[in-house]
Amino acid sequence: MGYTAKFKVWRGDDEGGALQDFQVEVNEGEVVLDIVHRLQATQAPDLAVRWNCKAGKCGSCSAEVNGRPRLMCMTRMSTFTQDETITITPLRTFPVIRDLVTDVSYNYEKARMVPAFAPPADLEPGDYRMQQVDVERSQEFRKCIECFLCNNVCHAVRDHEENKTTFSGPRFLMRIAELDMHPLDTADRRDVAVNDHGLGYCNITKCCTEVCPEHIHITDNALIPLKERVADKKYDPIFSVASLFRRKDKREAPGATPGGSTPR
Amino acid sequence: MTELERHSFDVLVIGAGGAGLRAAVEARLQGKRVAIICKSLFGKAHTVMAEGGIAAAMGNVNSNDNWQVHFRDTMRGGKFLNSWRMAELHAKEAPTRVWELETYGALFDRTPEGKISQRNFGGHEYPRLAHVGDRSGLELIRTLQQKIVSLQQEDYRATGDYEANIKIFAEVTITRLLVDDGRAAGAYGYYRETGDFVAFEAPAVVLATGGIGKTFKVTSGSWEYTGDGHALAMRAGATTVNMEFIQFHPTGMVWPPSVKGILVTESVRGDGGVLTNSEGKRFMFDYIPDVFKDKYATTPEEGDRWYTDPDNNRRPPELLPRDEVARAINSEVKAGRGTPHGGVYLDVSSRLPADVIRKKLPSMWHQFKELADVDITKEPMEVGPTCHYVMGGVEVDPDTQETRVPGLFAAGEVSGGLHGSNRLGGNSLSDLLVFGRRAGLFAAEYVDRLGDARPKVTESMIVDAENEALAPFHVEGGENPYSVHSDLQQTMNDLVGIIRTGDEMREALDKIQTYKERVANAGVQGGRAFNPGWHLAIDLKNMLLVAEAVAKAALEREESRGGHTRDDFPGMSAEWRQLNIVCRAHDGGVEIERQPLVPMREDLLELFDVSELKKYMTEAELPKGEH
Amino acid sequence: MATTGVHSPGRAQIDARTLRKDRWWLQPLLTFLALTFFVVYSAWRVFSGSNYYSAPYISLFYSPCLATECVEGAHPGGPISWWMLSPALLIAWIPLTFRFSCYYYRKAYYRSFWLSPPACAVAEPHGGYSGERRLPLILNNVHRYAFYLALILNVVLTIDAILALQTPQGQWGYVGLGTLILFANAAALWLYTLSCHSCRNAVGGRITHFSKHPVRYKMWTFISKLNEHHMLWAWVSLCTVVLADFYVYLLASGRISDLVFFSV
Ligand SMILES: Cc1cc2nc3c(=O)[nH]c(=O)nc-3n(C[C@H](O)[C@H](O)[C@H](O)COP(=O)(O)OP(=O)(O)OC[C@H]3O[C@@H](n4cnc5c(N)ncnc54)[C@H](O)[C@@H]3O)c2cc1C
Ligand code: SF4
Ligand code: SF4
Ligand code: FES
Ligand code: FES
Repeated sequence: MGYTAKFKVWRGDDEGGALQDFQVEVNEGEVVLDIVHRLQATQAPDLAVRWNCKAGKCGSCSAEVNGRPRLMCMTRMSTFTQDETITITPLRTFPVIRDLVTDVSYNYEKARMVPAFAPPADLEPGDYRMQQVDVERSQEFRKCIECFLCNNVCHAVRDHEENKTTFSGPRFLMRIAELDMHPLDTADRRDVAVNDHGLGYCNITKCCTEVCPEHIHITDNALIPLKERVADKKYDPIFSVASLFRRKDKREAPGATPGGSTPR
Repeated sequence: MTELERHSFDVLVIGAGGAGLRAAVEARLQGKRVAIICKSLFGKAHTVMAEGGIAAAMGNVNSNDNWQVHFRDTMRGGKFLNSWRMAELHAKEAPTRVWELETYGALFDRTPEGKISQRNFGGHEYPRLAHVGDRSGLELIRTLQQKIVSLQQEDYRATGDYEANIKIFAEVTITRLLVDDGRAAGAYGYYRETGDFVAFEAPAVVLATGGIGKTFKVTSGSWEYTGDGHALAMRAGATTVNMEFIQFHPTGMVWPPSVKGILVTESVRGDGGVLTNSEGKRFMFDYIPDVFKDKYATTPEEGDRWYTDPDNNRRPPELLPRDEVARAINSEVKAGRGTPHGGVYLDVSSRLPADVIRKKLPSMWHQFKELADVDITKEPMEVGPTCHYVMGGVEVDPDTQETRVPGLFAAGEVSGGLHGSNRLGGNSLSDLLVFGRRAGLFAAEYVDRLGDARPKVTESMIVDAENEALAPFHVEGGENPYSVHSDLQQTMNDLVGIIRTGDEMREALDKIQTYKERVANAGVQGGRAFNPGWHLAIDLKNMLLVAEAVAKAALEREESRGGHTRDDFPGMSAEWRQLNIVCRAHDGGVEIERQPLVPMREDLLELFDVSELKKYMTEAELPKGEH
Repeated sequence: MATTGVHSPGRAQIDARTLRKDRWWLQPLLTFLALTFFVVYSAWRVFSGSNYYSAPYISLFYSPCLATECVEGAHPGGPISWWMLSPALLIAWIPLTFRFSCYYYRKAYYRSFWLSPPACAVAEPHGGYSGERRLPLILNNVHRYAFYLALILNVVLTIDAILALQTPQGQWGYVGLGTLILFANAAALWLYTLSCHSCRNAVGGRITHFSKHPVRYKMWTFISKLNEHHMLWAWVSLCTVVLADFYVYLLASGRISDLVFFSV
């Protein structure tokens, strides 16, 4: 069952590095992360790699396998042929620390810029009422395990370092969409999305969706709807005029579902 | 050498899982400056892996539920060895803690009335687990993480600095707690990224480091579960209790080998999944223990009716507490009725329509599809027991979570007491919230009480800590720490596992001694920057101390109860129920001591039938006057 | 070598623009060829101003035919008398704008024409990138207007198909191959138009509390299902458009005659 596979693993740090060749044993049912662990245990004890759950739940083990952004713990060896050389590199959008480990602080800084959930001020804990159909859209986005593969693959920052200051990447635009669709959130997040997080940088080319290990439809369900909501406000006089006459859905009484308290 | 990085805070929280984050939120709300330290990236702590949900008697699905029922279930699950005071606080406060999460932005699954939906789980009398599909832990941790962000934004608006009151040190491992004259003074550790050292000075330290799973071979835990907090606390002079009680979750994956141990959530059974052996028999009906005889269905028909009509039927025995189910599976496999890969079958495919399975158990569906090539909507899963949770932990005051070291607090899986000899599913996440908050609250209060009389971190403490951490680099050409680790895991699995005997545990203790020597001689290659070999060498010392505590306590307790089963002492003993085994660090090893349990308060005792109490307690302990 | 993007200082130093080994260039190449063909074909047909009507069929590029000089029978024929160019130009800008600003086609041409990015995790060749934040690309926000107009056009094209149930002499009761093609084309266009992201937003996506708008929630659910296959409808309708127009062209230029299945 076992065979010997050829690997190239990028080793180095911010001053330089190169792909290094390895030959490793592979057994049935193993994933790429198992092989990296075997390298550590047998050939390269100081090979740096980040991982945690080994079950695709924590989003720590992001790397690029044969040039594709993946979770190493969810990339099965059986998806490669036995004579293929498998190349593993760190994420190529964030600064490298050592070997397969990168500095992902960009993501945490952007997370900190997203205005927090803003529930109605007078709604007491325990009185929150929300319908399943109303929470489902945001729940999809909350499946995110923050592997940052989407931010890594997004060409707006991957290919343009300078955009990192103005663009937060799909992960955090999706977070804004999540809050905008939250049934009890009272804030209007559309200007923030455009001005502070660079929604306009996204050209909907969908690479984020392609790599998301949680199979979240980031582009179709978060980014495009967010762009549409922005267009509702900024580019659509028909909706703007209509909204002069009635309160927008977003600004209508939150929590006004049966049995819920209805703050006015 | 570069200047040592030093920081000073009011409250130091070690661990960024549910317990740590909740403690940090509370301490900050009390006006304290808080540091959060974690070994992995922020938001990746083990809590993300929790699937089933958070137990809280909100009564949203069955209005008969209340804190008393939850309290009773918890005590029963723990076979009455629990700290009853913790169980009481836990049952009373859990609902508020869950509702609080909603105000932070959590989105739980809903009931038709728009309330938080609750699901059935083993050992819980009513549907009680607040959940989001099968990624409840992720929701919990992300929510708390986002609450911390919102507090940081508040601080930013007030001071212009996000980190004015809460600072996060991610990928920092604490190697030692600093103690000044018997009181907590801070902690010492290194940045995983660079290998640079860092010292924290703080009068109050909250340990929230989680469990010890990585001392065992087959485990549902991640690499972080090296028992650091348990070991740090013991070395700092604190004690641990109940270390002999390890929960083996009945359903871990068994195939392929590289994923062996990864958890299959209990919700699979809560939502209708059944366990069968190679003969196709639902064997759990043969394993209902006497103490639970009147609470569980005796026929598959009754068990099946319970899912739709729980008021008039008893629940199926697949939902017995985890220790019972794990032992049953173990026996079936031993009797030769296991699956080809040494487990039993867990089947939902014949019980629920495919789309319902995908909706209710999405990450299980994925997990099996992607890791084992099994479509759980079409075929049964193969499962077997896996080391899942340590009931034992740092001994704390039930109200304040303070350990025997003033200023040192512990909460979450690293603390002991609440769960007694066995934890019910869902009771951990609620534990994190209830006692995480309490630890943060009382840590803040402790800091207030101290005033200016704060303990000091001295130069010699720092030099000692540094020497200890660097020791592995001074061994020339020593043994690779990975091989010691895997030997230790094998030993614990084989000799201190689900079923234990005195001889085997003595053998394990001998082996642990030899591993200690091997670790002292283990060397590491390379530099200090992100060097996993070095990290493991340091963690291994913690695992060895913890393994010794587990084995010694387990050898001492001559009965079987919950997560501790002795082949040589198969019965449960009322006399042993009156005793806890307490461990402390001594001379590089572990010293144990028997310690009487505090008798349960009369009003709590009265929540149970005397006939039930008789199964657990000695005559003298039963409520007065009634028998 | 460029010093931005994946070659920015601090990132793992890897010379290759991509380490992908699969044929990532195939998809953008095919898209490029297909779209180029369509643009060339439709430019030829739109500017030609001839061979667009053969009773009872009208080419969709010319419907509604609004110039006075429209050929006899090309309905409705005429109010705009001062128009000197091809009558197609009066309306062809609508589907053109609609498709140009369509979220799917944007993805397609950004990837295959602009190479921004050519494929996921393949570095793009441009030095700078500002996404859809400036002129001209910010104009893509007009998509919803194009959508409203496209809806009207779809009605017209559906009427065209119905009118094609008449014999060339104007008697009801006729089915030729052209009739079937016109119906298929109208159907494909409806699927494409209704599955539009702006449509999805308008019918329900913009609401936060679905539970309070059960009918719109149903519509949104339905449109969302169509929307999942928006790319498919985009290509199918592109093909039917070419087919329908080319069939009319062949008839009008006398190269073939209609295949009649039924006639009174
Ligand atoms: C697969 C799985 C499913 C589960 N499902 C459920 C469930 O459905 N319901 C339920 O109630 N419970 C469940 N549990 C149990 C529950 O998830 C854990 O017990 C709980 O999350 C532990 O949380 P914690 O806050 O104590 O620690 P953790 O979340 O484990 O966090 C520990 C933290 O401490 C840090 N740390 C550790 N050592 C150090 C050190 N030396 N220096 C610095 N930082 C350190 C780590 O980095 C981490 O941040 C499950 C467990 C597993 C494994
Ligand atoms: S769809 Fe937008 S956010 Fe996603 S990768 Fe493409 S440009 Fe980036
Ligand atoms: S959205 Fe998907 S790809 Fe992006 S961080 Fe979350 S899980 Fe990862
Ligand atoms: S290790 Fe957690 S996702 Fe791979
Ligand atoms: S999104 Fe393609 S037509 Fe609107």
